[in-house]
Amino acid sequence: MLSIKNLHVSVGDKPILKGINLEIKPGEIHAIMGPNGSGKSTLSHILSGKSGYTVTDGSASYQGKDLLDMAPEIRAREGVFLAFQYPVEIPGVSNVYLLKAALNSIRKHHGQSEVDAMDFLTLVKGKVRLLDMDEKFLYRAVNEGFSGGEKKRNEILQMAILEPKLCILDETDSGLDIDALKIVSEGVNSLRSPDRSFVMVTHYQRLLDYIKPDFVHVLAHGQIVKSGGPELALELEEKGYSWLEDAEASA
Amino acid sequence: MSASTQEINNLINQEYKQGFVTELETTTFLPGLDEDVISKLSKIKNEPEFMLEYRLKAFRHWQTMKSPEWAFVNFDPIDYQSISYYSAPKRKEDGPKSLDEIDPQVLEAYKKLGIPLDEQERLAGVAVDAVFDSVSVATTFKGKLKDAGVIFCPISEALRDHPELIKEYLGSVVPITDNYFAALNAAVFTDGSFVYIPKGVRCPMELSTYFRINAANTGQFERTLIIADEGSHVSYLEGCTAPMRDENQLHAAVVELVAMKDAVIKYSTVQNWYPGDKNGLGGIYNFVTKRADCRGENSKVSWTQVETGSAITWKYPSCVLTGDNSVGEFYSVALTNNYQQADTGTKMIHIGKNTRSTIVSKGISAGKAQNTYRGLVKVLKSAENARNYTQCDSLLVGDQCGAHTFPYIEVKQPSAQVEHEATTSKISEDQLFFCQQRGLSAEDAVSMIVNGFCKEVFKELPMEFAVEAQALLGLSLEGSVG
Ligand SMILES: Nc1ncnc2c1ncn2[C@@H]1O[C@H](COP(=O)(O)OP(=O)(O)OP(=O)(O)O)[C@@H](O)[C@H]1O
Ligand SMILES: [Mg+2]
Repeated sequence: MLSIKNLHVSVGDKPILKGINLEIKPGEIHAIMGPNGSGKSTLSHILSGKSGYTVTDGSASYQGKDLLDMAPEIRAREGVFLAFQYPVEIPGVSNVYLLKAALNSIRKHHGQSEVDAMDFLTLVKGKVRLLDMDEKFLYRAVNEGFSGGEKKRNEILQMAILEPKLCILDETDSGLDIDALKIVSEGVNSLRSPDRSFVMVTHYQRLLDYIKPDFVHVLAHGQIVKSGGPELALELEEKGYSWLEDAEASA
Repeated sequence: MSASTQEINNLINQEYKQGFVTELETTTFLPGLDEDVISKLSKIKNEPEFMLEYRLKAFRHWQTMKSPEWAFVNFDPIDYQSISYYSAPKRKEDGPKSLDEIDPQVLEAYKKLGIPLDEQERLAGVAVDAVFDSVSVATTFKGKLKDAGVIFCPISEALRDHPELIKEYLGSVVPITDNYFAALNAAVFTDGSFVYIPKGVRCPMELSTYFRINAANTGQFERTLIIADEGSHVSYLEGCTAPMRDENQLHAAVVELVAMKDAVIKYSTVQNWYPGDKNGLGGIYNFVTKRADCRGENSKVSWTQVETGSAITWKYPSCVLTGDNSVGEFYSVALTNNYQQADTGTKMIHIGKNTRSTIVSKGISAGKAQNTYRGLVKVLKSAENARNYTQCDSLLVGDQCGAHTFPYIEVKQPSAQVEHEATTSKISEDQLFFCQQRGLSAEDAVSMIVNGFCKEVFKELPMEFAVEAQALLGLSLEGSVG
């Protein structure tokens, strides 16, 4: 599904990612952990096509195509979805309007007709229930005046409706209360399928109790310094990151 | 510059869709302006004697005036002697009695603009007066309106058929001495629409005027007068387009509205005059005076405008709130792109007790355009408990454009409440990336964000106009990203 090879990324002349290697197969869940400022959001952004970054070396291919060469909207239509760490507000544009425009642009890309208005409402209302949201959110302006947790839940609502192939979740759990974390995790789990992969950026083991990853990677100073199974997250919870960084320094 | 800023900047270049020229046989005056030209104009239009006097008085006054310089716009001085003050499609001497007698080319031109004058069923519910250069060529649905007692006709016809109404109301809201362009208009106006809604009548359909400048080198000076008598209601729509030409063309209109006791007038404009090309060549100079007098108690006038065209827009639709409890509203979207300049806003003059006004202005600048809101809220001593609410928002697309806000507030009555809110924002790269990450193209994203920004104004427009306005906004932004 996704193959990242020796990826180097800079902002201006400041190197941020320094040789990332990552293989993600269909159906897999990869958790990415690591200290603040280590480059996790940068990785999410570069995969989804945000401008302002320079790839200085390496490559990323998605479903056999050069991902880094695709326009951001094309990546989205081809199934790459980023749930933002900091979702933006769009005043005056209702949630439901954005969802419909997004869904239709994806359908059009795949040669499908625009979604029927009734089918769309049924679909959306079903997902709203799945995430235990109030239908009123559909008619409010995108993220405007939403609480931190509501914004995160709204990202997952969009994901549930657009049904992407590669879901990148950047700290979706931060800001969610305990009940919300559970509901959102159930929502994510319901989307798990053999042909859908997840990259979950998180700081907390708690999320991984609900959504069990196949692999856990630790990103530090722009590199993956350690990879392992779910047990690695438990170890990190206990010991923090310093032992890894020390190991890295002495290596 | 990052990719998305560039995208925004590119979204702004698009073809003006109404830029075609219709080849017609016309009667056109030679360029130039003096008292003889005005006499000739009055004569060709078969006007009563009092009109010629009115025009000459205005002309003499205009000659003593100077072109205003306070607006935040730049243009070379206009040579008024190089403009032709009359151009009309040739037609049978006594004018068309029915649509069959109108030059098929003119009908074709309107069809291209999406206004099929000869297929009235498609415009069910909207009566249209179409003004082509200097004359009104068609007014539809005359019969049905007549049954309701509504007068809706070209103003040149009203001068002949309803001189008593003209004498009483013409210039009663915008006097000939009001300002430079209003004085010029009073001297040389050629046609426009006249509406009279009798007491207690709710106009059975929307009334609409469509203005089209076709001839080169002519000015368009139209005059609109709407009188809503006691307890009446009317909704009036105005649309405008012009061909693409390299020279600037002058459009100096005057619109006067009079609302008597308990009357309601809703006046909506979608202005899409040719804005000039992307290098700032050509385009219409739109210098317009629009004013409403809420003369009677409890009367209400609501201006809604969507201004996307013209090289320069200079326009302040205003309300004089004379009657007690009268209400004035101004909802505006002004979009400027490339080298367009707009200096627009409103004046709310509170005279009567408990008068209320609302101003919602949304200015959008893209490209290298300048967009200025200029508004005056004036509360006279007599206006006890007057209230005003002003909200003035600017949105910048790209980083080479400008937005300016000049609110003037004069309050002479201590019980008045005047509120002003203003914001300036930019379409952020994060917003744009978010939309693209959901699958939208940059163009669709900008258009969606801009439409969202204008929502409060669009909801004031009549349905069919709102759809047109949204589409127009999308088109006007094309090329500002991409
Ligand atoms: N546009 C930018 N300009 C300058 N530095 C940047 C820019 N974007 C990111 N950085 C730097 O790159 C580093 C990685 O940032 P990034 O947001 O990817 O970290 P993160 O791992 O997501 O951190 P957190 O856990 O706090 O979310 C940080 O030091 C950050 O300051
Ligand atoms: Mg981050």
